[in-house]
Amino acid sequence: MEFGPIWRAAMRNRTGPLLIAVQIALTLAVLVNGVFIIQQRIERITRDTGMDVENIITVQSFGFGEEFDKNESVRQDLEALRAIPGVVAATSTQHVPLSGSGWGNSIKPAPGEDAPTLNGVRYFMNTQAVESLGVTLAEGRGFDADDIEYPEDVGGAPRQVILTRAWADELFPEGGALGKAIYDNLDRPSTVIGILERMHGAWVSYDKLENVMLIPWVIPGRATYYLVRTEPGQRDRIMPQVEETLSRINGQRVVKGLETHEEIKAASYEGDRGMAIILAVVTALMVAVTAVGIVGLASFSVRQRVKQIGTRRAIGARRRDIVRYFLLENWLVTTGGVVAGSVAAVAVNYWLVTRYELERLDPLYVPAGIVVIWVLGLLAVAGPARRAARISPAVATRTV
Amino acid sequence: MIRYYTRLAVLSLRQTPLLTGLMVGTIGVGIGVFMAALTVYYLMANNPISWKSERLYAVQLDSWDPAEPWDDERPELAPWELTWRDAMALRESDLPLRQAAMYKVSIVVQSEREGVKPFQTVARVTDGNFFALFDIPFVYGSAWDRAVDDAGQFQVVISRKMNEELFGGEDSVGRTVRIQDKPFVVAGVTETWNPVPKFYDVNNGPFDDAEEVFVPMGVGRALELYSAGNTNCWKDEEVRTYQQFLESECVWWQYWVELPDVAQRDAYQDYLDQYVSEQKTLGRFPRPLNNQLSNVAEWLDVRRVVRRDNQVLVVLSFLFLGVCLFNTIGLMLTKFLGKAPHIGIRRALGASRAAVFRQQLVEVGAIGVAGGIAGLCLAWLSLAGIRKLFPGYEELAQLDLTLVGTAIAASILTTLVAGLYPVRRVCATAPARYLRLQ
Repeated sequence: MEFGPIWRAAMRNRTGPLLIAVQIALTLAVLVNGVFIIQQRIERITRDTGMDVENIITVQSFGFGEEFDKNESVRQDLEALRAIPGVVAATSTQHVPLSGSGWGNSIKPAPGEDAPTLNGVRYFMNTQAVESLGVTLAEGRGFDADDIEYPEDVGGAPRQVILTRAWADELFPEGGALGKAIYDNLDRPSTVIGILERMHGAWVSYDKLENVMLIPWVIPGRATYYLVRTEPGQRDRIMPQVEETLSRINGQRVVKGLETHEEIKAASYEGDRGMAIILAVVTALMVAVTAVGIVGLASFSVRQRVKQIGTRRAIGARRRDIVRYFLLENWLVTTGGVVAGSVAAVAVNYWLVTRYELERLDPLYVPAGIVVIWVLGLLAVAGPARRAARISPAVATRTV
Repeated sequence: MIRYYTRLAVLSLRQTPLLTGLMVGTIGVGIGVFMAALTVYYLMANNPISWKSERLYAVQLDSWDPAEPWDDERPELAPWELTWRDAMALRESDLPLRQAAMYKVSIVVQSEREGVKPFQTVARVTDGNFFALFDIPFVYGSAWDRAVDDAGQFQVVISRKMNEELFGGEDSVGRTVRIQDKPFVVAGVTETWNPVPKFYDVNNGPFDDAEEVFVPMGVGRALELYSAGNTNCWKDEEVRTYQQFLESECVWWQYWVELPDVAQRDAYQDYLDQYVSEQKTLGRFPRPLNNQLSNVAEWLDVRRVVRRDNQVLVVLSFLFLGVCLFNTIGLMLTKFLGKAPHIGIRRALGASRAAVFRQQLVEVGAIGVAGGIAGLCLAWLSLAGIRKLFPGYEELAQLDLTLVGTAIAASILTTLVAGLYPVRRVCATAPARYLRLQ
């Protein structure tokens, strides 16, 4: 191998290779961290919510007239919504899961001051709650018509609740939560009648996102949401019918917020999604700019060395040798860059972790990034190197 | 001379269109991405009431749970909001020049006007002082007075836009609009006022629009309106009726005061500490004394209004600009070393090294201007993309004159920095070397 001569030749004209090496170092640092962050955001967005998000329609009803009777209105609305062909189930609720609005709640596995208090979120839902969310009931049962209560205020404790597996396991680590009582802050008990395999709550950045409780209540107040789950593929067709149905039934209210659950989920993950897309664009542009830089430098050095290449060809170097020379030279420069870049990548990550509490970089991303940059460098230099190989040995004789 | 140099620069750049295109493109992409990230950051970090920022203070009292702090990650912080009892008590102080308690509610509005269907919107329950406190001008009428607040009279102040919707833009003072099916008399119509960020209430979206409807303090109680913002409770107490809710330790009120100077600020801080100490003797405020006054700038900082992701993006896009800078240096080396024979002739014909240097710098500057313009176009495109990605960012992704100027200046500066080394190098070569080749 002709490392020696290549190295000495590069050192005689240091500036170009040095510039490219610095560029490669910065590119690697951003590439590794960018891809790592993108990967994490995608993981967050695609987490299993436990619900049939794709087939749920949400809508809000605000009563305003003097004669408006919320409880009666909910009964009528649900009956009408469930009668729409293609609707699987419908329920009322005070907030929409994943929407960023919700009522936090803390419960205990036993009465008394010593019992641990565990946080989550609660939803006041109706019959068909389980079916409307499309969640999987792991144990027990959903809400029957007899379970539904119409309390005068929300300060009391429900008779019965459904919990997610995550919250149930936190309350009763030894298992067997079904049928047990849980207690609120005033030590009032509620019986666990069902356990859901999994369901996401209100705030997607909350560390207790999977702690959810369903309560069979229609609460006072003039506003309510409805969740309407449709047969797969029927959602968009049924959406206008939902609004039309509700508007027809009762004129003493405003119908608002007709949205798909998918839109609501997307809005909650807007920041993550946007960050991932912007990072992807910036990283791709950066890689492109660096590739162009490598092509530019290689072309320049080929042009500068036409005579040298011609001479080498004239004294017996094969085309292959010329190509190899440039590939090797470029590889040396790239390697210098990635060595510095690995340090920079870790440094940038360290800074992101300490300053912005992002997650620590998975170390495997660094070698993966190095391989990408190596391949990129070889591809970028291939064109100029082939052009160099085509230089005729006759060039050597011309200007002597 | 500068015109002659400019002409030479343009000629020279046109001789190598690919290289020129790459230089302008690289600078443009770097500036465009950096400016887009900077714009969003700059608008997020905006202080929408900068002329008064030093005098306006958000009030925090630590009425939280003795067992755990309000924020586990930052235990030094008091809750963002106040209880009803404390908000009412603070209103009795005459220390602040102006003050306002406030929270937001969800209401249904019915218009007398034909063809306007009842609609739901968010209103703010607050003191009549709210408008003077935040320098909100009126188009018609004025704010209500303290007596209206206390009595909970059904008066309302609406925004210009809401007035447009409800009354077709006429002077509506004295006319009636139905809110929650109750008749409210319009007291005033404000000028359009939409601070970005919404500094006075950054809960539930600091970049949301300001409310368009404002109702007096007492109305919240009269109609038993709960907060449509954040309500947080910690105490094990029975909260069933609205009255119990009012008297509970739940926090749901924002509170702002205007204190013109440091002396008054200190006096008010003492007042708060004294108030809380008194309450402690009554068995409230179980946590250590921790009352905080933050002016607008401090408040936006402590509330972390600028998203961390955006700060990360500014830094990464700055690194990207760095890559573009190094790339441009490489391209310029190619460009100027290619010009060396030409420069050799000029030097041999008597041009001084300094004159040649200046001429080359003009060429570099021209690339900078072109790169800046390309960068602006790209920044504009990127911001359009950002508006698409983040529907809530309408206000945040707009170029303004300062930023246009910054972009051009940054581009020229970047190019000059990039060009300095190549130009110096080409000017340093001895003319004789190139003359020999001719």
